[in-house]
Formats: sequence, structure tokens, C-alpha cells
Amino acid sequence: MADASGHLRVEVVSPERVLFSGEARQVITRTLGGGEIAFLPGHSPFLGAVIENHTRVYLTDGTVQDIAVHLGFVEVGPDHVSILSDAAELAQDIDVTRAAEAKRRAEEQLRTEHSAEGEAALRRAHARLSATGGLGASH
Amino acid sequence: MAGGQERILRGRIRSVQATKKITRAMELIAASRIVKAQQRVAAAVPYSELITEVVKDLAAAGAGKDKPFLAGRPDVKRICFVPIAADRGLCGGYNSGVLRATEGEIKADTGGAVEHLVVPVGRKAEGYFRFRGYNLGQGFAGFTDNPPYSVAKEIGEYVVDLFVRGEVDKVVLIYTRFVSAGSQEVVIRPLVPLDRGVVEGGDGKNAAGADYEYEPDPDLILDTLLPRYVEARVYAALLNAAASEHAFRQRAMKSATDNAEELIKNLSRIMNRARQDSITTEIMEIVGGAEALAGDDDSTPRRVEYVMADANQTGGRV
Repeated sequence: MADASGHLRVEVVSPERVLFSGEARQVITRTLGGGEIAFLPGHSPFLGAVIENHTRVYLTDGTVQDIAVHLGFVEVGPDHVSILSDAAELAQDIDVTRAAEAKRRAEEQLRTEHSAEGEAALRRAHARLSATGGLGASH
Repeated sequence: MAGGQERILRGRIRSVQATKKITRAMELIAASRIVKAQQRVAAAVPYSELITEVVKDLAAAGAGKDKPFLAGRPDVKRICFVPIAADRGLCGGYNSGVLRATEGEIKADTGGAVEHLVVPVGRKAEGYFRFRGYNLGQGFAGFTDNPPYSVAKEIGEYVVDLFVRGEVDKVVLIYTRFVSAGSQEVVIRPLVPLDRGVVEGGDGKNAAGADYEYEPDPDLILDTLLPRYVEARVYAALLNAAASEHAFRQRAMKSATDNAEELIKNLSRIMNRARQDSITTEIMEIVGGAEALAGDDDSTPRRVEYVMADANQTGGRV
């Protein structure tokens, strides 16, 4: 395994552009069926499908980059974490009032009828709010 | 009348000048958009490289070996063609290149018992294939000069759905690849099932040489990953096509502007000659009239000279 004390090169890539790239100490995300998972430098190679979640990137300068990732994949090596997502938003790009409104609407819809779409919308809104800190602790 | 001809020519020159202004503007717009389109092509590269890498590694790890998506179907009964053309014309041979390649491909493949289904992208493609009575699927149009990812997603989902339901056994993309600002080429690329060359070459290992852990298992990841991969391929094709469209349009509009200049030059030459002719005719008429008067009365020769001097001046100036 490569240098375990080093840093992780983190890239969040969407089809249209590289959304985020930087050096980090730790990355936390959530995989399909696997729950939350944290990657530290020196992690063994890992490939997973990511569901709607609030991904946290602990940067080397001590700050935390919050990202709402809605479906995608994560590819991890000892020295890098690449997140592929066709819909991911950095916390600073998220419109909190819109996300809250979307959450309210999704909840209302789910109260009357149960649909996979509504659930996905609720999960997306959750991820957005959590990433912006509008939900208190992350769920 | 001579003066009438001059007026007609003047009108034509004006109209060519107006057209020239339009083609010049379109040329400049296209030129500025090529740069932007090129940047978008470059911006899409990291994602598609990464996703290709992941697909390769998954395939090498043995996931989805017997899935039709990767292995293909044993007998191909129906092929889906996805030609990517423009929404608008005025771009030289851009549309016809793609459409002709598609038609050739359909004719070649349907020589046997293979059916075809055309999923046209771009208004020009839809019109072309509808008019000629091909079997059409859903058409996609209205975005070709600046395609968003959401459209690539729609097209990807549509063709993947056709394939999964068994309506088609193969999907082929036909688009214009943007090599450089000076060179573009029409390419025909299999989209589904995935090209062997694309899938092979992965080793199922990370760069460090260790095997991957998977969560959930490789087959499940592949199931969600492949549609994304197809979308990324469609998106790359759309971006390439858009950049090529602008390059073609810029070239076509440049030669249109040059032609307009040439036309204006020729027309002004003809118009000037016509004006000269009409002036000469007028002078001859005046001289003729004066001489006729002089014949009647000898007291007017000096006036004739005056008129002629005036006429010569005008003639010399024109």
C-alpha cells in the first residue's frame, strides 16, 4: 500500500465539468446498501455505487467541504478518491430555501401516495439540506 | 430603358450587401462558439475517462460477463441508428455528411434480413428520414448547438430501454467527430452493446495493483453504471457534433461572405457600365437634337458647342 500517512487527492467529477478537486485527510460518503463509509489515506482499492447523501470532504487545511451527491460512483485508491456523479452540488451552490421547499413538497406527496420518485426527491432534498447544515446533524 | 436597368442593378447590389452582413455575422458568431464548444468537449473528458476506467475494471473482474449489454446478442435482427445532425442548415456539408453516412450504413445492413430503426437527433435528421419513409423512433431536437447533459441522459435512457426490452439488438451512433478547428470527420460508433475494444484492457485492479473491494457487488454496480456510461458516450458525441457544427458553419459562412463580395464587385462593374452607356446615349440624343435644330437655323452653332463641352465634362467625370 502506498504511503498511508499522505493525503487523499479528491475529485468530484460531473459529466459537464470537474466540480471539485483538492487534497483531503478524510472523505465520508454513503454507498448503496452499505451505509456511510469513510475513506482515509491508504484505504484499499474500493469501488462503490453512491446513493443520495451528504458527502463530507475533510480538507488538509482543516476546513470541511460539504457536497450533496445524488447518485453516482466512488472509486478509491490508497492516495485518491474519485466521485463520479451526474448530479452533485457543492454546499455553497445550494439554494437552501428551494431545497426546504422541495423537501416539504416531497413529504406532502408521500403522505398521500407512495412513489419511488417522491422518495428519491425527499432523499435529494435531505442530502442538500444536510450538506448546507439546514438539517442539524446529518442523518 | 437604360436607367431602369441601372436601378435594378442597384437594388441587387443592396440585397447582396445585406446578405453579406448576415453571413458575416453568422461567421463571427460560429467562430466564437467553436471555442466555447471546444472547452465543453475538454471539460467532459475527465468524467468519461474515469467512467470508462471503472467499466473496464468491472468487466475485467468478471462482472456481467453474460449480460447482453456487454456480450451482445447472438443474432441481430434490428439495429437502431442514432444520427446526430444539426437543427438548422447553413452549415455546408455538415448535415448531409452525417445523413449520407447513416443512409449508407442502413442500406448496407438491411441488405440482409436486418431491420432498422432511426432515432434522429437534430431537426434536419428528423426531417430527412421522415421524408424518406424510414422507420423512426422518437426524435430529439432543439439543442444541437449547445447540448445540455440532461438531453444526453434522455437519449441514453431511451436507447438503453429499447435495447433492454429487446426491440433492438444493437445501437449505433453516427456523428461528426471534432478533431481540430480545421478537420472534422463523420464517424460510426457502436454504442450498445459496448465495443470489445472499450471493455477490454482493464485488469480489475487499482493502479497500485491490488484488487478492488466492491459495495454492493460488481454485478449490481455494473447494472447502474452501464446506463451512465452510455449517457456519457452520447454526451461526448453530442458535444463533438456541436463543435463540428460550428466549425462547418463558420467555414460555410466565410465562403458565402467571400462570394457576396465577389458578386458585389461584378454587379457594380456592370452597373457602372450601364450608367456610362445611358449617359452616352443621352449626350448623343442632345447632340443629335441640337444638330437638327442647327440645320433649321444658322444662328445657333455656339450653343451646340456649349452643350457638347458640358457633355464631355460629364462623360469624363463618370
